Order: sequence, then C-alpha cells, then structure tokens
Amino acid sequence: MTNWERFVDSFFNARVAVEYFPKIVEGFWLTIVLAACIIVTGLAAGLLLAVVRAFAIRPLNLLIIFVVDLFRALPPLVIIALLYFGLPAAGLSMDGFVCAWIALAAVLMAFSEEIFWAGITAVPKGQWEAARSTGLGFLQTLGYVVLPQALRMTIPPLTNRTIAITKGTALASVVAVPDILGAANAGVSFSFNPTPLTMGAAAYLVLFLPVVIFGRWVETRFAWKR
Amino acid sequence: MTWDDFVLAFFSWQIVSEAWPILWDGLQRTILMSIMVVPLGFIGGTILALLSTVHNPWIRWPAAVWTDVFRALPPLVLLIFLYAGVPFTGLEISAWGAVAIGFFLNTGSYYGEILRAGIESVPRGQQEAARSTGLTRWQTMQYIVLPQAFRNVLPDLISNTLEVVKLTSIASVVALPELLFQARQAQSVTYNATPIVAAAVIYFILLWPMVRVLSRLENKALASRR
Amino acid sequence: MAIVEATGIHKHFGALHVLKGVDLVVEEKQLVFVIGPSGSGKSTLLRCLNRLEEPSGGAIVVDGVDMLSPRTDINKARQRIGMVFQSFNLYPHMTALGNVTLALRKVLGLGRAEAEKRGQAALDRVHLADRAGHFPGQLSGGQQQRVAIARAIALEPRVMLFDEPTSALDPELVGGVLEAMRELRQDGMTMVVVSHEMAFARAAADRVVFMADGAVVESGTPDEVFGNPQHERTKAFIGQIGRH
Ligand SMILES: Nc1ncnc2c1ncn2[C@@H]1O[C@H](COP(=O)(O)OP(=O)(O)OP(=O)(O)O)[C@@H](O)[C@H]1O
Ligand SMILES: [Mg+2]
Repeated sequence: MTNWERFVDSFFNARVAVEYFPKIVEGFWLTIVLAACIIVTGLAAGLLLAVVRAFAIRPLNLLIIFVVDLFRALPPLVIIALLYFGLPAAGLSMDGFVCAWIALAAVLMAFSEEIFWAGITAVPKGQWEAARSTGLGFLQTLGYVVLPQALRMTIPPLTNRTIAITKGTALASVVAVPDILGAANAGVSFSFNPTPLTMGAAAYLVLFLPVVIFGRWVETRFAWKR
Repeated sequence: MTWDDFVLAFFSWQIVSEAWPILWDGLQRTILMSIMVVPLGFIGGTILALLSTVHNPWIRWPAAVWTDVFRALPPLVLLIFLYAGVPFTGLEISAWGAVAIGFFLNTGSYYGEILRAGIESVPRGQQEAARSTGLTRWQTMQYIVLPQAFRNVLPDLISNTLEVVKLTSIASVVALPELLFQARQAQSVTYNATPIVAAAVIYFILLWPMVRVLSRLENKALASRR
Repeated sequence: MAIVEATGIHKHFGALHVLKGVDLVVEEKQLVFVIGPSGSGKSTLLRCLNRLEEPSGGAIVVDGVDMLSPRTDINKARQRIGMVFQSFNLYPHMTALGNVTLALRKVLGLGRAEAEKRGQAALDRVHLADRAGHFPGQLSGGQQQRVAIARAIALEPRVMLFDEPTSALDPELVGGVLEAMRELRQDGMTMVVVSHEMAFARAAADRVVFMADGAVVESGTPDEVFGNPQHERTKAFIGQIGRH
C-alpha cells in the first residue's frame, strides 16, 4: 500500500464508516440531549443565583461568590471525576450521563451567574429609583425593569460561554457515556480502525460549526451597548 | 454512613500523605504542561489574528475558517484523534506531542479570535495617524495597534489562559501523568476518594487568585461600558 | 391642609452630615421651589421625602401617612408621591406608553385596556399622545422628560417632586418641560421643585426655600426671597445667579 492508500484506508474507510454510522448518529442525539439538559439547568440556576444575589444578604452573597469562584477554578473533568469516581465512596453511584450533566451545569451556572450579575449591576441606579418611586416593589422592579435590560446586555458573552461549556459534553465519554466521542472511541477499539473518530470529528463540526458562527453573529448583533 | 466514615473516604490525611509524592509529581507535570501550551497557543493565536488583518482574501478566509473549525471541535476530540487515530497511519505521536499539537490548534484559535477582536477594537484613525507619520504597516501594527489591542482584551486573554490551564486536565485521558491522572491512579490504588478531592483542592488553590483577578477586571470593564 | 410635613430631617452619609434638621411644609396646591448651592442637600431632601434615601432622623408625613413608620407600606405610599429625575430614567426597553402603564398595571393592578386608557390620557396632558409608541431612544430629551412626568402623574399622585428636571436639557427644549409643569400647577397639583430656573420660580412658585449646608436658611414668597433676601448667604447666592 502506498502511504496515501494507507491514509485513506485508516481515516476514510467506507466499510467501517457504514458499520458505525448508526452508532455515531445515536451518539449525536445523546450529545444534543446532554447539551440541552446542561444549558437549561445551568442557565436557570445561574439566573436564580444572580437574582438571589441582588437581595444583598451578605452571608448569602459570600456563599454565592465562593461557589461561583469554585466552579470557575475547577477543571470540568476534575468535577466529573469527583462525581463519578469519588462519590461512590459515599455510597452514591450516579450514571455517567448524570455526572457529566451535573458537573457541566454547575460550571455553566457559575459562569452565567457572573455574567447575569454583571448585567444587573450595569443597569443604571436611576432605573431602580424611577421604578421604586412609582411604587413598584423590589422584585417587580427587578423583573420588569432591570432584568430585561440586563439580559439584553448579557446575550453576547452568555452565548459564547454557553457554547464553550456545551462543547465540554465530549468529556462525558470519559465516564462511559456513549455520546459522539464515546461512540467513536468504542468504534475504534472494535474495528481497529480510526474512521469512527473521523466521523465523530465530522459530527462535532456539523453540530458546533453553525453554533460557533451563530455566536460570532450574536457578538456583532447585540454588541454591549444600550 | 457516619460522619467519620465520610471524612475517612474523602478527607483522609493519612491518604493525602501517602499519595502526596505521586500527586506532587502530577502537579509538576501540570505546571510544566501549562508553561508549554500557553505560549504555544498564544503564538498560534497571534499568527491567526495577524492573518485576519491581511487584505488578500486568499489568506484571510482560510485563516477565518481554520479558526472556526478548531473552535468548533471539542479539544478532547482533537486530542484523542491525534493520540489514538494518527498512529494507525504508522506515525507514532507521544502523549506530549499530541497535547502540544492539539493545544496549539485549539488554544491558538481561541487566542486568535480574542486578539482579532482586540485589533478591530483599535480605531482606524490610529492606524491612519501612524501611517501618516511615515511608519510602515508592520511598525504600525507593532507599536500602535497591537499594544492597544492587547490592553483592550486583557480580561479575555487572562480568562482564556485560565481555561487553558484547566484544560490541561484532559491530558489525563491520553495517559499523560498530570495531576488528575495521578489522582485517579492513587484513588484506584487506595480505594479512597481523597486523592481526587486533594487534586481538586490543589487546582482551586492554584487558580482561585486568577479567578478573583478576572472577576475584578470584568466588573471594571463593565462599569466603563455604562 | 399640609400635604407634606417634614420636621427635623437629618441625613448622614457615613461621617458626612448632609441634612441638619430640615423642616419643610407644603400646603395643598402649593408649588414650593427649593434653591441653593451645589451640595447643599436639595436632592437628598427630596429623595428622603419618598424614602429613596433613608433619613437618619426626623418625621415625614405625606398626605396623612407617616412615611417613616415601619407599618407603612412604602410601595403604596410612593404611589401618592410622583418623582421626576434630572436624567429622566425612562425604561429604555419600553415604549412611552409602556413606561407610563407599567406601574398602573403592576402597582394599581389595572387591566391592560384600562391602564392604556389612563396612560394615553397622561401622555395627552404633556402633549405627547402621538408619541405613545416611540421608544425613549427615539424621543428628544425634552420629550423624554415629559414622558417621565406623564409616568408620574398617571398614578394621580398627591404631590410631585422634581429634581432639576431641566438641567440635562438643551436650552431650546427647556420651555416645553416648564410649560408642562405650569399646566400641572394650574390643574392644582401640589409640587416641590428643585431647579435653577429662577424665572420660572418667580412666575410660578408660591414659596421659595433657600438651603445651604444642609439647612434651610430662609424661605418666603418669591418676591421676598429674590427681592429682599435677609441673610448674607442668600444675598450672595441670588447675586451670583443674577449675574448669569
Ligand atoms: N449616596 C451618597 N453617598 C455619599 N454622599 C452623598 C450621597 N448622595 C449625596 N451625597 C453628598 O451629600 C451632599 C448633598 O448632596 P445633594 O445631592 O443632596 O446636593 P444638591 O443640593 O442636590 O446638589 P446639586 O445642586 O449639585 O444637585 C453632597 O456633599 C454629596 O456629595
Ligand atoms: Mg441635586
């Protein structure tokens, strides 16, 4: 075999590709489901923490800041390992999918809380005062006046951060989740041919390339200004 | 499970002192890896950012596509592709080699995107003023544009550097014995979660100052955008 | 009948003693004009009246409601005290009508149709009925300030507080806002106005209060305070203003 033939036979082997295509597709959907779970819970938790922080209850806020710092400082894979390999020592065994979900949602929660909070503090004080002077309560002011303005400001950084963290779903393969990468890895070891990895990489590009381009568009469309 | 059992399983001093040599070994390698991949990514990023300013579309567009492709591909996929896929062609790549190439491609694209935004944030008038005093294109870049660009995106650069250091933990997947890998080893030998907790604590102590600094910088940047 | 009765108001910002026992009484349908040098505490006094600032001491009764009592529902009390700010503070993500109707719906609990009817009427009173669908960013500064006035009067307050409502405006836009205020007064609104528009004070004020260093130095009719000031500080201040 020439080098070129060998290369094609390794990475673009049609027989292997056909055989493992269904597995990769299953992994593709699993990756999407995992990503959706992470995005919904992570962003909701982040927003909730930011709103709680607005109440300015000092001990609570210090706790929030600590939790946020913690999940910004820890590598996601370390958190996943802690949940998946560590927690069973406490008699708590969780599925790899759940571990990856919780870990990455916690990371997204931390980053999004920072961003939401930054957005809330960026809304001028006069907005609070105007609303309060008309008799709106604290939560009403937050909900109707401050958050709508804050959310708009936070769209670009939030989009980019969400995309970055969502790509971390590939880490789930480390804890035996048959997502795209997990399915590709399994395919490689069964077929002894790296073509499933090529397909896996292609699947990630199909999934994330539009998202990355969308993030770029959002960046210019909603640039930080009021 | 009693409280004492819990402490024994997750926070055992005994285990920490036994596992410390191997953890320390891993920590050194994590630091070494960070010192290697951050400059590597930075160099790659600077090249990409400079290419994106070139007028010739045959240079600018491939640079943009390259950036987006490697931003869309999860770094773990890239790493496994290099480490487990490429050897099938007969080309052996060591774990260190795979990390170096993978991080150069992935991290370089992120730094590149940040620096490109930095360059674009410098008003055109700056370049025109510099060129009108007789500076060459390259001198203008070097003395006028790049210094301002770096300063404008400093928080993003630091933030990305933090992410890169955290990302080195994925090298454990390709059996490079860095901190997380060694912690996992120690955990499987001792049947105790303490080594992973210890690794998490080490990461936190190492990276927390950076997270704090970032939080400050981000808030400042936000305040000035009001 | 006094609508506003503030007695012995003190306010500290940390070590800074900003209000040093200020008394202010505003009778129904009166327009009281507050003047004084920068930093004398005019804004702070106004903001204490609806408790945007928490006074450190004293008593405030507005329309018979003890503003400082812990039993008072402050959000309810604030409905009766309209406030207009120097920087308008319109909600940028809502139309003019949206700005006016938000509190009508969420504080008074009116339905959408009823709120919009009252909102339109309020905008009409400041001659901006035709701008109801515009966002603040599409309005001139003067129009924005008039929307802010409409936002306050839509709640049918018993008293209106104005903190330098025209200071952020280009000179040619000041007239429209003052006109709206004049009409409000003619309709019998009780008003407290902090402003540097001395001509307006002479023409429209029932009483002028001069403040300096966190205390009321003197007060009286516009003719008394402007024409025959009793205190040195008042004379100096009036003299300075007059030279402009
Ligand atoms: N939130 C605050 N914290 C600390 N000091 C404050 C605060 N608000 C006002 N001050 C201080 O209180 C004093 C009175 O301020 P105030 O805004 O009431 O003055 P003013 O008479 O309205 O002045 P101007 O004509 O400039 O608006 C000033 O010295 C000001 O610096
Ligand atoms: Mg003032």
